[in-house]
Amino acid sequence: MSTAAMNKIEVKNVFKIFGERSAEALKLIGESHSKEQVLAKTGCVVGVNDLSLSIGAGEIFVIMGLSGSGKSTLVRHFNRLIDPTSGAILVDGEDILQYDMEALRQFRRRKISMVFQSFGLLPHKTVLENVAYGLKVRGESKQLCAERAQHWITTVGLKGYEKSYPHQLSGGMRQRVGLARALAADTDIILMDEAFSALDPLIRAEMQDQLLELQKTLNKTIVFITHDLDEAVRIGNRIAILKDGRLIQVGTPREILHSPADEYVDRFVQRRAATV
Amino acid sequence: MFPEKFTFSIADWVNGWVDALVTNYGDVFRQISDTLLWAIVNLEGLLRATPWWLMLAIVAGIAWHATRRALPTLVIVGLLFLVGAVGLWDKLMQTLALMLVATLISVLIGIPLGILSARSDRLRSILMPLLDIMQTMPSFVYLIPVLMLFGLGKVPAIFATVIYAAPPLIRLTDLGIRQVDGEVMEAINAFGANRWQQLFGVQLPLALPSIMAGINQTTMMALSMVVIASMIGARGLGEDVLVGIQTLNVGRGLEAGLAIVILAVVIDRITQAYGRARHEVSK
Repeated sequence: MSTAAMNKIEVKNVFKIFGERSAEALKLIGESHSKEQVLAKTGCVVGVNDLSLSIGAGEIFVIMGLSGSGKSTLVRHFNRLIDPTSGAILVDGEDILQYDMEALRQFRRRKISMVFQSFGLLPHKTVLENVAYGLKVRGESKQLCAERAQHWITTVGLKGYEKSYPHQLSGGMRQRVGLARALAADTDIILMDEAFSALDPLIRAEMQDQLLELQKTLNKTIVFITHDLDEAVRIGNRIAILKDGRLIQVGTPREILHSPADEYVDRFVQRRAATV
Repeated sequence: MFPEKFTFSIADWVNGWVDALVTNYGDVFRQISDTLLWAIVNLEGLLRATPWWLMLAIVAGIAWHATRRALPTLVIVGLLFLVGAVGLWDKLMQTLALMLVATLISVLIGIPLGILSARSDRLRSILMPLLDIMQTMPSFVYLIPVLMLFGLGKVPAIFATVIYAAPPLIRLTDLGIRQVDGEVMEAINAFGANRWQQLFGVQLPLALPSIMAGINQTTMMALSMVVIASMIGARGLGEDVLVGIQTLNVGRGLEAGLAIVILAVVIDRITQAYGRARHEVSK
């Protein structure tokens, strides 16, 4: 199938339920009980609820929703930091849920990297060592590590800070380190979990521009999580909107803005119109 | 009065068990005891053979390396000089040897156990009550069986010290690793670090201040055991305290007591300084 070949990541009917009685909770959802009812009856929290979507190669796919909508949970399924309760996840047509620990490790080392909201930098390592971390973990030579790390540090505009420690940098600079670390690993896919949300508005806009600029030449598949519709519209090729772990609407920014699927999406759009 | 029919005693059962242990495995324990004794005796011999000025110079070097400040280094060396000046140098070296071996064994047991307990909640829930028992049980209770197994002298003293001194290191290693930022762990996981890379590259370095605090606690508790250890035949500063008590020689007891305090202060300052130095880098 030509469409399947185009899809980098495919998510099929994924459920994620947190709690001890997840099997029971899964059955209740099947009987179309709401998230609140499931919580009351089993004490389980529904993170992701029957979600299917596909992400094409080379696109910036934005997943948007309020806090608690399951977007961060969903994105952690793509590199299996979280395993789904049921469903299938395919990357490049391969079912990543079938991977054993070693295959999963290789997958994380070579194919997918991640940028975190509060950076997740190693506090006891220098900027250079942090950026080279992904390369070092997969056993590249010291020289290659240093070379590639230096290249990406320069690219994100941190030249001169190689020997600094994360605590000596501002928030924006720290996230540049986080971004450089993900880029240095040279993976096809980059997951960005609210990567710019902790930054102040000016720095955030700057980082967004930089990401778009980089993407022109890199052509990575980027999955970007945000709670901010402005950010989603600005950088996304396509946007998916989540609520209570369910997919409400997927579409280009234009489609989302002009034909919101329901009142929830519409509220986002209205708010945006009001603030502009 | 508590009704007679509800009472029972585990004393006979425990006695029988210990007797069986002594009869059946006495040789094994003898072997362990001899190996350990050999290590202590050699270390003690080395420490006592080292000229006092060389010893002070070595301590000064370590203190300087740890604190990087002149005043604490001078105070540390001055205090140790005082201990020598009141004629307790030899005893000080004996106690130091005992304490170093006990600390080393505590570290060899404590850090791996702490790492394992940080990995597994189940192990932790079993281990923590055991550690509580080890720390609160009056030491004489376990000194009796240890004496039966290893005989009088330094070896049972080491064992009693390790039982008492290892728990804080286990707890603080566990705590230090558990306190490593969740997002940092998530990040290195997302980059495909294996367990070894996680442990040695990130968890242990970031837990180091906590682990150093644990080693500090272990050395302090080991020192507080020296008087009790002297009751079962370990020589050193504790012996002088004991003699002071037995002969109502308050002055002699005080001198030895102060020497123990000085040793504690010296070791405390040095281990604390090492913990802090790393902390500043990692903050």
